[in-house]
Amino acid sequence: MSKTPLLEVHGLTKYFMARRSLLSRRQKLVRALEGVNLRVYQQETLGVVGESGCGKTTLGRAVMRLIRPTSGQVLFEGQDIVPLDRREMRRYRRDMQMVFQSPYSSFDPRFSVLNSIAEPLRAHTTLRGEVLVSRARELLEQAGMPGEILFRYPHEFSGGQLQRIAVARALALNPKFIVLDEPTSALDVSVQAQIINLLQRLQRELKLTYLFITHDLSVVQHISDRIAVMYLGKVVELSTTEAIFYETRHPYTQALLASAPSLDPELRQERIILTGGVPDPADPPPGCSFHPRCPMVMPICSQIEPTFTDVGDGHMVACHLFGEQRGA
Amino acid sequence: MASIHERSTGTQATQRAARFKELGFMLQAFRRDPLAVVSLVLILLFIMGVILAPVLTAYPEQGRGDPNILEKFQPPSRVHPLGTDYLGRDVWARILFGGRSSLSIGFLVVFVASAIGIPLGAAAGYYGGRIDDVLMRITDIFLAFPPLLLAIAIAAALGASFTNAMIAIAFTWWPWYARLVRAQTLSLREQYFIEAARSIGVSDASIIARHILPNVLTPVLVQATMDIGSAILTGAGISFIGLGVQPPTPDWGKMISTGRIYFIERPWFAGSAGAAIFLVTLAFNLLGDAVRDVADPRTRRAVS
Amino acid sequence: MNDVLLSVQDLHVRFKTYAGVVRAVNGMTFDVRQGEIFGLVGESGCGKSVTGFAVLRMVPYPGEIVRGGINFRGEDLLQKDESEMQDVRGGHIAMIFQDPTASLNPVFTIGNQVTRVIRQHMSAGPGEARRRAVEMFDAVGLPDPARVFRAYPHELSGGMQQRVMIAMALSSGAELLIADEPTTALDVTIQAQILALLTELRAKQGVSILFITHDLAVVAETCDRVGVAYAGDIVEMGQADDVLHRMKHPYTQGLLAALPRPTYRGQALQSIEGSVPDGIYLPPGCPFHPRCPAAMDLCQVEKPPLFSVGPEGHVAACYLYAQEELA
Repeated sequence: MSKTPLLEVHGLTKYFMARRSLLSRRQKLVRALEGVNLRVYQQETLGVVGESGCGKTTLGRAVMRLIRPTSGQVLFEGQDIVPLDRREMRRYRRDMQMVFQSPYSSFDPRFSVLNSIAEPLRAHTTLRGEVLVSRARELLEQAGMPGEILFRYPHEFSGGQLQRIAVARALALNPKFIVLDEPTSALDVSVQAQIINLLQRLQRELKLTYLFITHDLSVVQHISDRIAVMYLGKVVELSTTEAIFYETRHPYTQALLASAPSLDPELRQERIILTGGVPDPADPPPGCSFHPRCPMVMPICSQIEPTFTDVGDGHMVACHLFGEQRGA
Repeated sequence: MASIHERSTGTQATQRAARFKELGFMLQAFRRDPLAVVSLVLILLFIMGVILAPVLTAYPEQGRGDPNILEKFQPPSRVHPLGTDYLGRDVWARILFGGRSSLSIGFLVVFVASAIGIPLGAAAGYYGGRIDDVLMRITDIFLAFPPLLLAIAIAAALGASFTNAMIAIAFTWWPWYARLVRAQTLSLREQYFIEAARSIGVSDASIIARHILPNVLTPVLVQATMDIGSAILTGAGISFIGLGVQPPTPDWGKMISTGRIYFIERPWFAGSAGAAIFLVTLAFNLLGDAVRDVADPRTRRAVS
Repeated sequence: MNDVLLSVQDLHVRFKTYAGVVRAVNGMTFDVRQGEIFGLVGESGCGKSVTGFAVLRMVPYPGEIVRGGINFRGEDLLQKDESEMQDVRGGHIAMIFQDPTASLNPVFTIGNQVTRVIRQHMSAGPGEARRRAVEMFDAVGLPDPARVFRAYPHELSGGMQQRVMIAMALSSGAELLIADEPTTALDVTIQAQILALLTELRAKQGVSILFITHDLAVVAETCDRVGVAYAGDIVEMGQADDVLHRMKHPYTQGLLAALPRPTYRGQALQSIEGSVPDGIYLPPGCPFHPRCPAAMDLCQVEKPPLFSVGPEGHVAACYLYAQEELA
């Protein structure tokens, strides 16, 4: 795991226009992402956690350039891929792949497994016929599925099996970087374990870099090297997994970790029950977006947005408790 | 690792039968529905009838148009099973040959309307934005008119002929297909496999052609089946008022319009044409209903 | 605290589908006692949700209860006719579901829907029903109950909607609440609120809860007793602490070993080989035997009954523990 960032995101911002309500024609601005900055280093796994509306899914899509950011840069191996046109982007498509949350809708029900895995190969290589089939077989076996299933259809498989096929498809073009958007959320616990083990093994063998998006804290703790915690479109805390869990700084992260139910009674923390719910991304509170629910709120929090600062050893936090504004 | 190689497992797999088994179930359910079978048989009989028309009647030339004035207005008899019309032509023959234009208008209209509507609807649903807005406004315009009236207006403008009638009706019908396909495309577009295809750089055209269109076919098929009946009916309406097929070529709608003044005393030629239209339209509607019931696993009746 | 409120005995539920007969529930047996929170936990396909529906005789078509008994306060629910069951539903046993948005009618206000339920079960006038509704909203911790009363479902967040569902469920005086994955669709911080609410309701109002979920951590924190379900039957049951920390059945052990825990960071997770059987092709004997590391010959032949494996009613359906009984 080197210190060279494979992917860098600067000031990534994405706003959506959405209708105010079912009947109104007036639009509201949904601030899905607000000035997100982060780096993903070679061969590491960066976990992104947060609750609904935090923007983690939008982040994954923006990084893959499936949606066009409103502003900001996405640097892949130093090259900003945001302004690239379709043709220029093609070469990066081989290097960046994605695995989605629902294995059932990740496959065209009318495509056989072979066709689904072959789709990237047909789009980017000249492999055809027998050679193509044997490559597909290879990919399946790498993902722990037998080659005989090539001619079957998605509905014949369970969620875990489909997710393995999805991983096989993602590996088809020998990517360097894979965005995993809640890959195990729809799976049962025992299957989830199989998929996580598979992903970790592949990461070691193929020297992959992962951006792992999830809401499940125990999974993210297990698989990530570093973790970014998001709230309402912004990253509020970013550090190594150890630091996030044992040297938590941001009040939201603390509440999040304390809310998660745990099997081990010793690990159960004092419950910090937050009041209210996550605000509407179209109508974020002024200043620090978390201030209305924060147990440690100060007057400055409702006025000025905290900056993302390093509180030591690369541990980044966006909170007035730690910023330069403290005491100002 | 051997156990992973077991056959498909999990409740999701059981609830969705294998693809070919699914087709088998559909056929099974279809076979069980008496109305479905009857309507299919009826339609097949009609189609065979009009194709084999010259063979099925002793009077093919009369069917095509040759008059036989000496025998005009004969009621149904052993020689002329449905009687003769005002020009002495055998009505059974007229029905058989007339079916050619009536049935073919039905199939052609649906074919052309879907050929126009499907790609436009897919494009509107997939791209959204400006393209969608423009296309939807166009379809709105078309849908604002009562279809029959619009068809009549177009046919009148183009001139009376079979082809023009077909064009006119197809023109008023394509918006329905566009709408249907657009709605299907909108929901399909949100599926992850579409995003997966985009993320590997597959072109939009490819995605529409290979992913979207094959998956929207089922509801289109249901709609099309029912529409054939309605198209036949509309076609008959157009030729009834004289804007479609021109004499001496036979056509059921025309037969009704020419025969209607004699209807009270000599109902057999207008009556048979009317019955033919009624039966065919009914058969297609029932077939369409059955196809729809069978295609949706929820309305398909469970195994007893 | 020890009276049995709900008793499910040898329940069998079957679905006749085109693909074959799905045996969703196969002999499920457990009790829910007065004032306790009983967790029915398992992965997908284990029959836990179907069991919940079966208690209220609401198994969706083409499912049917083919054998077994369901007793509530000593009365056999399977013998009741539909109008009697309508009294039971809401009046004595209420159910809340995973997705509150699907359970609330979007075109009526919350108040409209809640008062309708209240008036169906208690002969209350509109004013009285309204008062009771607002009272319930307060009891479930909804801020500004009067506003909630006038609101439409889409104006409320997921967490608030779930609170409304709980209020609705309890508003007619139900003593047993069946909660089918009530917090699965909610964010973790909201889930914490709802779980705290349920525990509070149990403490203050003595509501008993049948908590159906796949989340073992939630069960650990909330439930008094737990039943682990696999392939339509209970494989282990007992006090929550016993089942989750001194587990005896190989399936329970495998399940808990598969959970990512901070202590195993960096190591591969232990997974259970194979996958859950589908309801059509159930293995003979013990349904878990094809995946069980400790399977014996007997396991392939005869399905094991529940053997006692610990104090306070800790039982497991596994021949590994037969010795104790046979001696």
